[in-house]
Amino acid sequence: MTYRNPPTTPRKSATFDDYTLSEIRRAAATGIYDIRGAGAKRKLPHFDDLLFLGASISRYPLEGYRERCDTSVVLGSRHARKPIELKIPITIAGMSFGSLSGPAKEALGRGATLSGTSTTTGDGGMTEEERGHSKTLVYQYLPSRYGMNPRDLRRADAIEVVVGQGAKPGGGGMLLGQKISDRVAEMRTLPKGIDQRSASRHPDWTGPDDLEIKILELREITDWEKPIYVKVGGARPYYDTALAVKAGADVVVVDGMQGGTAATQEVFIENVGQPTLACIRPAVQALQDLGMHRKVQLIVSGGIRNGADVAKALALGVDAVSIGTAALVALGDNDPRWEAEYSALGTTAGAYDDWHEGRDPAGITTQDPELMKRVDPIAAGRRLANYLKVMTLEAQTIARACGKNSLHNLEPEDLVALSIEAAAMAGVPLAGTSWIPGKNGF
Amino acid sequence: MPATPMSKAEREPGHAHNQASRVFDLSVHSLRELNQALHKLTPGSNETAWEVLNPKGSHSVAVGVDQPVSIDVRGSVGYYCAGMNDGAAITVHGSAGPGVGENMMSGSIVIKGDASQYAGATGRGGLLVIEGNASSRCGISMKGIDIVVHGNIGHMSAFMAQSGNLVVLGDAGDALGDSIYEARLFVRGKVESLGADCIAKEMRSEHIELLQALLDKAGVTGVKASEFKRYGSARKLYNFNIDNADAY
Repeated sequence: MTYRNPPTTPRKSATFDDYTLSEIRRAAATGIYDIRGAGAKRKLPHFDDLLFLGASISRYPLEGYRERCDTSVVLGSRHARKPIELKIPITIAGMSFGSLSGPAKEALGRGATLSGTSTTTGDGGMTEEERGHSKTLVYQYLPSRYGMNPRDLRRADAIEVVVGQGAKPGGGGMLLGQKISDRVAEMRTLPKGIDQRSASRHPDWTGPDDLEIKILELREITDWEKPIYVKVGGARPYYDTALAVKAGADVVVVDGMQGGTAATQEVFIENVGQPTLACIRPAVQALQDLGMHRKVQLIVSGGIRNGADVAKALALGVDAVSIGTAALVALGDNDPRWEAEYSALGTTAGAYDDWHEGRDPAGITTQDPELMKRVDPIAAGRRLANYLKVMTLEAQTIARACGKNSLHNLEPEDLVALSIEAAAMAGVPLAGTSWIPGKNGF
Repeated sequence: MPATPMSKAEREPGHAHNQASRVFDLSVHSLRELNQALHKLTPGSNETAWEVLNPKGSHSVAVGVDQPVSIDVRGSVGYYCAGMNDGAAITVHGSAGPGVGENMMSGSIVIKGDASQYAGATGRGGLLVIEGNASSRCGISMKGIDIVVHGNIGHMSAFMAQSGNLVVLGDAGDALGDSIYEARLFVRGKVESLGADCIAKEMRSEHIELLQALLDKAGVTGVKASEFKRYGSARKLYNFNIDNADAY
């Protein structure tokens, strides 16, 4: 027998991995960038990299199942005559009618209302199903101004001036022709079936000084009743928060790069903006530097999944969180029950993100009348309410273990980080040390 | 063109009414008092004529009015005057800052002087008449409003204009109608340049008729509809095609 050199195991490149190779082939075949929904899918420093310390000799806990732990929050107390009072600090983020089906929007309203929280319109105007089924509805004021009118402004409970979103800070919305049904086209004053690319800049203001005047106009139109939020993508959270406060916002919403979108370029989603975890402390710091922490409320969104995430965000100084992707999953998005249909679309349950194509087997991100029948708004709304309840109970469990009788009493001192990156971003010590990277010159 | 018959306010934009006006002096009362008083108006109110004195460049004068009253503003105004107007006939006897008549739903606005940028932005209905010039981005993202400018308009006007009519008796600046959808643009003078997907179009008899009606409604005399050129969307960018990517 002759000796043969042992072969090496075939090795794929970490740089040119399977996904990268497939994307190069796809780009070469089509000549157009990849468009998809959802938020950043890459691994990022996140709330999983933080841990609560819990109680010990120096801190004593509250009785887990008996002692009260408050979850309520008031939003908009700075200037609005009618601030919003929510039972839980978890709201539903803005998602448009057009990107979502009518029944899905109704289900979000029902679930939020059952849970004592708010839901939010999106880049497509306010629908009757949504207004009718939402006790507290935040009306988005977007660059496109689709469907914008003073009657809806006045029947909203709050107004959210959208400057940007975490999935695409600096980018506008997109709704491809196949989702522009008659009803969607009418609400947006556009021809049916065209690819609709929303503006990324507001048509009638630019910069913080104009924003202040725009907010004044919205307040004058609504007789200073409504809380006015300003939503920004996680780009420059310190300065964006400070400028929003200066412009007169009641509430600042900061959306990190894990926050979803109905559709934009993959390259945009994965390469522009900052992770949610990296946005929180700068935003809180801006409020503290201005003496406005807890006076102007801070809402953070992007990748909130469970009560631990809620508790960690609140411990870092946030007043409320907002969920979008998780809410859609609670309604039934990416459910394995539709696996055969996901497979036929060339994907799998859990990975489906071609929300812009309008062929969602779960009937949520579609305008197809047959598909959307799959969403029972009452049952789906109930599931969302159940999920919100679980998140709230989870956050309370952690807060009580940390000795807090309100979720808002959680504080950075309750946390440690598992990685140097997370410690630096969150401004809490690396576990087992007293080291906060970047603090005190180290 | 509105499908419903024109109200008196629309037929006679800015004309003073006969009965005594309710006078509101902004050097004495606050902006908030003015707007709240206007919002408290109910259908059938006798207070159909209002006069605002000493605006002195105030922002958000007479915003969100939703009753068919006439409002005469004596002086120049700041940003967003008559924003989201829904039915009132508002006349500014001076010039207007940025965003005059933004998102107007119905009614009429007449600016006796010039208007700054974004005039009539995202307007959905009604008539905006600017007797002087309008700056850049006039009619940006318009969604059904009619705008008539006696003078010239600045660059990037009618950007992403979706619906409605923009009439310019003078010249238009660079990149007119960039990324335009279904709005119609009529310009009597020179157009510096057209934006992406905006082209000159044939003036057919229905356009002459439509334009003449708009000129009449805006009180323009001595100008013929046939003197204008029409511009609109080539509709090449309505659905993404990689071979058109160079247009942006």
